[in-house]
Amino acid sequence: MRSKKLAIALALTLMLSIGLTGCSKATNPSSQAPAKLKVAFIYVGPVGDAGWTYAQDQGRKYLVDHVSGIETTYLENVPEADGEKVADQLVAQGNKVIFATSFGYMDGILASAKKHPDVIFLHCSGVKTADNVGTYFGREYQARYLTGIVAGKTTKSNQIGYVAAFPIPECVRGINAFTLGVRSVNPNAVVKVVWTNTWLDPAKEKDAGLSLAEQGCDVLAQHQDSPAVVQAAEEKGIHALGYDSDMSKYAPNAYLTGPVWNWGPYFVKTVQAVKDGTWKTNAYWGPMSDGVIDIAPFYHVPTDVQTLANEKKQLLLSGKWDVFTGPIKDQQGAVKVKDGASLTDNEMLSLDWFVQGVQGTIPKTQ
Amino acid sequence: MESVTVAVLSAAVTVGTPILYATLGELFAERAGVLNLGVEGMMLVGAVSGFMATVHTGNHWLGILVAMAAGCLVALIHAFLTVSLGVNQVVSGLALTIFGTGLSGYLGKDMVGIPSPSPFSSLNLGFLSHIPYIGQILFQHDAMVYLTYLLVPLCWYFLNHTASGLDLRAAGENPGATDAAGLDVGRIRYAAVIFGGAMAGVGGAYLSLVYAPAWLENMTAGRGWIAVALVIFAIWDPFRAMLGAYLFGGIEALGFRLQAIGITMSPFVLSMLPYLFTIIALILITYGSRKNHVGAPAALGLAYEREER
Repeated sequence: MRSKKLAIALALTLMLSIGLTGCSKATNPSSQAPAKLKVAFIYVGPVGDAGWTYAQDQGRKYLVDHVSGIETTYLENVPEADGEKVADQLVAQGNKVIFATSFGYMDGILASAKKHPDVIFLHCSGVKTADNVGTYFGREYQARYLTGIVAGKTTKSNQIGYVAAFPIPECVRGINAFTLGVRSVNPNAVVKVVWTNTWLDPAKEKDAGLSLAEQGCDVLAQHQDSPAVVQAAEEKGIHALGYDSDMSKYAPNAYLTGPVWNWGPYFVKTVQAVKDGTWKTNAYWGPMSDGVIDIAPFYHVPTDVQTLANEKKQLLLSGKWDVFTGPIKDQQGAVKVKDGASLTDNEMLSLDWFVQGVQGTIPKTQ
Repeated sequence: MESVTVAVLSAAVTVGTPILYATLGELFAERAGVLNLGVEGMMLVGAVSGFMATVHTGNHWLGILVAMAAGCLVALIHAFLTVSLGVNQVVSGLALTIFGTGLSGYLGKDMVGIPSPSPFSSLNLGFLSHIPYIGQILFQHDAMVYLTYLLVPLCWYFLNHTASGLDLRAAGENPGATDAAGLDVGRIRYAAVIFGGAMAGVGGAYLSLVYAPAWLENMTAGRGWIAVALVIFAIWDPFRAMLGAYLFGGIEALGFRLQAIGITMSPFVLSMLPYLFTIIALILITYGSRKNHVGAPAALGLAYEREER
C-alpha cells in the first residue's frame, strides 16, 4: 500500500518537474534548405527584454538582417554544464556555425569541436581556442572610461560608488578604466568599491548600492547583471550608471548612461567570413571602433559633458589612443605605466592592481 | 560610527524581512510536523507570479495577494504528496524546489527587463518614524515591513495561546494522540503547509515587488534555504525567527558597510559569515536541546497514517 502510493507520488513529481521545467525553444526547426548556412546560438538565460542574453539575441537579429542565405536557431536557458551535449545536438541538426554565449560553456564546446572538425564554434569571453574554435569579447573598458567622465563631472561630493561582482581581472579592469575616466575630468574624486561576490542577486546588489550611498557617494556605477544598483540610486535620489543594456526605465531620474553590448557587427563579419571560406581561428577582443561595445544614450547629462565624453569617444574610435596609456599610478602612488607606454593586452587581461583614486582592495583569490 | 551602526541595523530589517516571511511560514509547517524543503521554489514562484500580476494590473497589493495564492498552490502539491500519500518529506520538498525554480523561470520569460509599474515606497509613520535611532531603524520602511511587526506577535499568540494553535502543535508532536482526540491531523497539516506556502510566496514577492522591483531568474539566491535553517535556529519560535532573520540581514548589511568605509576584510569571509553563524547556532541549539528537551516537534518529518499507528 505504502510503496504503491510512494511510486504514484514519485511519478507525479517527476512528470511535473519534467513537464514544466523544459523551456528551451528553437525557431526555424530544421527545414529542407540545403543551400542555407545554418547558424546556432546557445544562450545561458532567457532572451527577455534586457541584460546579457538579450544583447546577444539583438546581435543575432542584426545578423539575420544583414547576411543573406543563412538560417539561425537559438536555444535559451542552456545550463553551462550541458554545453557539449547541446552543441552535439545542434551539429546533428546541420548547424555549421555555433555561437556559445557564456564563459562556462568553454570545455563543453572544446570537446564538441574536437568531434566535429567541420563545424566552426565561437565562444564568448573564453580563453581557449582551437583550429575550429574562436573566442570573442569586447573592450568594455573603453566604454567604462567614457562613463567615468560622465560620473566625474556629475558628482558633487567627489565620492563615487562602484558595485562590482567578483575580484577578477575583467571587473578590476572596468573599475580602473572607469576611475581613469573619472580622474581625467575630476582629479579630486575617489571611487569606492564594494564587492558582492555574485553576478546576480538583486537584493544583495541593492544593499551594496545603498551602503555606498550612505557613505556619501552621489553617483553609483556597477558591474552586475541586475538593475538593482540603479534602483538603489533612484531611491536615494542620486545618479547611477548601468550595464549590459539601457536601464533608464528602471531609474528614470537616476540613470545617466552605461556600457552596452552590441554584438551584431561582429556576428556579421564572422559569419560572412565563414561563408566566404576566409575564416581562421582567432581570439577576438573587439575595440569600440568595431561597434561591439558602446555607451547607452545620455540621460540627465549636460551638453558640455556629453561633448567631453564624445570627444574622447572619437579619440578611442580613431585608434590613436587607448585607456591604459601612461602615466598611470597605482593606489600607493607608484608609477605602474610610464609616460608614453601602455598596457599590453596580456597585461590588461591579468590586471590585479587598482589605479590611484580607487578606494578598496582586491581580495586575493588564491 | 554611530550613523554606520544605525544604517546597519536599519538595513538588517529590510534585508531580513523576505527571509522572515518565509521563515514564519516554514515554522508553521514544521510545527504541524511537515518539513518542507521547497521554500526556495515557493518563494520563486511567489516572486514571479506577484510580479506578473503587478505588471498586468498595475496594483502592487494585488501582486502580493497573487504571490500568496501561487505559494499556496505550490505548497498544496507538497501537502498532497506528504500528507495524503505519505511520501518522504525531504524528497518531496527537494523536488518542489527544483520544480519551483524551473516553473518560475518558465513563467517569467517575458517578464525579464520590465520595470514594476507600481513599486512600493517607504511609508512614513508620523512621530514613530522620527524617534531618534529607533525610528530610523524600525519605522522608515515600507508597509510590508510594518506588517511583519504585527504578524510575528500574532503568529506567536496563535501558536501558544489559542486552541487551534494547540491543535497544530499537537499534530506535530503526537499525531496519534491528536487523532484519538478527534482532530483531523491531515486537515491541520494541510492548513499549516499551505500557510507556509503563502508566506514563502510573500517573501519572494517582497524581493520582486518591494526591495528590488524586477523579475530575474533565481533572484531569491538561496534565501529559501536560509529560511529553513532559521526555523531551527529559532527553535520553532516566531520571535526568535524574527531575531534570526534580522541577525542574518545585519551580517550581510554589515559586510557591505565595512567595505564601504574601507575596513579591509575578505568579502569571501563576509559572505560566508551568515552561513557559518547558522551552523554554529545549529550546534549550540542541538547541544542545548539534549539537556533541556526543547527541540524539534517530535513527529517532524514523519508521515501519519492511522493504520500504521
